Amino acid sequence: MGTDLQLTSVTKRFGAFTAVDDLDLTVPQGSFFALLGPSGCGKTTTLRMVAGLEEPTTGTIMLGEDDITRLKPYKRPVNTVFQSYALFPHLTIGDNVAFGLKRQGKKDVAAKVTEMLALVELEHLAKRRPGQLSGGQQQRVALARALINQPQVLLLDEPLGALDLKLRRQMQLELKSIQTEVGLTFVHVTHDQEEAMTMADTVAVMNEGRIEQLGPPEELYEAPATTFVANFLGQSNLVSGSVAGARGDVIDLDVQGTRVVADKARARVTSGEVWAGVRPEKVYLSSAGHDDGSGVNTLSDGVVSDVSFVGVSTQYLVRMAWGQELTVFEQNTGARERFRAGDKVDLHWRPEHTFLLDASQDASAGVEREDA
Amino acid sequence: MSAAGHISSLGPAEAQLDGPPDPEGQKRGWAGYLLLLPGGLWLLLFFVVPTVTLVATSLYDPAGSLQLGYQMTWHWQNYVDALQDYGPQFVRSLIYASIATIACILLGFPLAYAIAFKAGRYKNLMLVAVIAPFFTSFLIRTLSWQYILGDNEPLVSLLRTLHILGPDGYLLATPFAVVTGLTYNFLPFMVLPLYASLEKIDPRLIEAGADLYASPITTFRTVTLRLAMPGLVAGTLLTFIPAAGDYINSELLGNPQTRMVGNEIQDLFGAGDYPTAAALSVTLMSAIVLLVFLYVRRAGTEELV
Repeated sequence: MGTDLQLTSVTKRFGAFTAVDDLDLTVPQGSFFALLGPSGCGKTTTLRMVAGLEEPTTGTIMLGEDDITRLKPYKRPVNTVFQSYALFPHLTIGDNVAFGLKRQGKKDVAAKVTEMLALVELEHLAKRRPGQLSGGQQQRVALARALINQPQVLLLDEPLGALDLKLRRQMQLELKSIQTEVGLTFVHVTHDQEEAMTMADTVAVMNEGRIEQLGPPEELYEAPATTFVANFLGQSNLVSGSVAGARGDVIDLDVQGTRVVADKARARVTSGEVWAGVRPEKVYLSSAGHDDGSGVNTLSDGVVSDVSFVGVSTQYLVRMAWGQELTVFEQNTGARERFRAGDKVDLHWRPEHTFLLDASQDASAGVEREDA
Repeated sequence: MSAAGHISSLGPAEAQLDGPPDPEGQKRGWAGYLLLLPGGLWLLLFFVVPTVTLVATSLYDPAGSLQLGYQMTWHWQNYVDALQDYGPQFVRSLIYASIATIACILLGFPLAYAIAFKAGRYKNLMLVAVIAPFFTSFLIRTLSWQYILGDNEPLVSLLRTLHILGPDGYLLATPFAVVTGLTYNFLPFMVLPLYASLEKIDPRLIEAGADLYASPITTFRTVTLRLAMPGLVAGTLLTFIPAAGDYINSELLGNPQTRMVGNEIQDLFGAGDYPTAAALSVTLMSAIVLLVFLYVRRAGTEELV
């Protein structure tokens, strides 16, 4: 008996602005699904339409066999953990958690509230008011208040955004384990790519009201479909090149005069002009001219222009002959000497780590700006 | 989870660790009292002293007069006389003030709600509209109601035509006119605190109510109204207290049968019967303080702070 959440060609316009553009999406029952994207990409609007707080301009939203597109929010078996929690300040923690059950006229409310507060380890705070709790505690109350209703879909709108980094990491793991424990469908909206990848089974990357790519985190990371995904999810080096030929499972490329090999499996385009991409941590450096064996891609004659030591790794910027700066992350294993600014180096990576994207896209799409 | 629990358990322990106040803290304490001084003196001069004088006057021998001077004789009989003579006016004042307050809530709540949530960019304009009548004197505004409710004015004619009023029916010089005047004059005092409370409500709380299976009416009852209570209580006090002591509306819009306790107090002071006037004033003050105390306890606003 499936109660998958299914959005079919859903569009939401606010005046002339299209927040969500012809979106198709299926969230399987019991999955932990993340909608990831920069602010203004339509992810929160999508969530609010599922919650019933916004009505789609066109399209349908189905929950299992039921069309819930125009159903009032208080009649939907869907609950939300709001951004900044929206706890009722005039009610105790216990009454906040009991709110939904009381409205539905359920029995044994007190026992269920105690049980739910125990799940989030807050039973000792039942008599307090939200204002007396820390951010992390309020976050858990918000979760308990939604979960206690056993919704068919739980919506989380940037639930960890207000927490500091350490607490956020801890809550990510907790949310994931609670989801596994209760087995409900979670739809999580976030702009934090690390958060999405840590928690979700499936991530949908949204941009400008559309889904750019959808899949398990590893797949999105290793084989991005667009430059936006390549840049928004982690970092990427995108170098322009052209396809020179194909043989078997691999594609030969001409990248700035150098022969580079890519797997067909990660090629979104197989001919013409391309962006050849590789993740910074997949690349390793050697001193210039020091051939690192065959079977790897090599870009020669780079000059280290910047070195940042970040503890677990060292991040290099390497200026290539054609003027582009490429990023390389190296683990600080201690087994290799660190390079210094000005060193001449070659870049190497395995052919299967190359991904090919359509060259008509903007290579800087999805790059997180510093002011963001 | 344990980490967050830990933080909360640390709170009180840390508070207990606070040692005796350091000299720096003591200096700050003195500064606080100094800052209280102007306000304290003001209260002493214009509230404590007059109140004590008023209570004392209410116990003077009524045989005295302003010219001959008064004797302090602890004449409690003043209170008995005042209540015997002016009991009906006293009760009438409380009833009129109550009706006017309820009318202010019924008119003011939708208005404050609309300004807070629906006015959009007209919010400030609407607030100005609420306050604008204050630019005209209280007396003139009340006098204007004599025209609005007058026997030969359009409103009465219309009501007569519609047979809501009889052919000889009238509005001016009735209890209705007095309560209307009170409601009109004190409405802004209801709207402004209500607006202040409603405006502070995070709209997401209302969405959270809807998300948690509460219909709009239930959400209003369990969330919006509860969060508006401080404004409602403040508005009620600001309306009821002055309305109960008001005499202008009764004077200008009423008749001899609608006289309120304020009218009697004013007349008694005018006639030089200070002890009875004072006794009546103190009784009214006490009654209001008692009612306010019961009301605030019932409304339970301390929970919201």
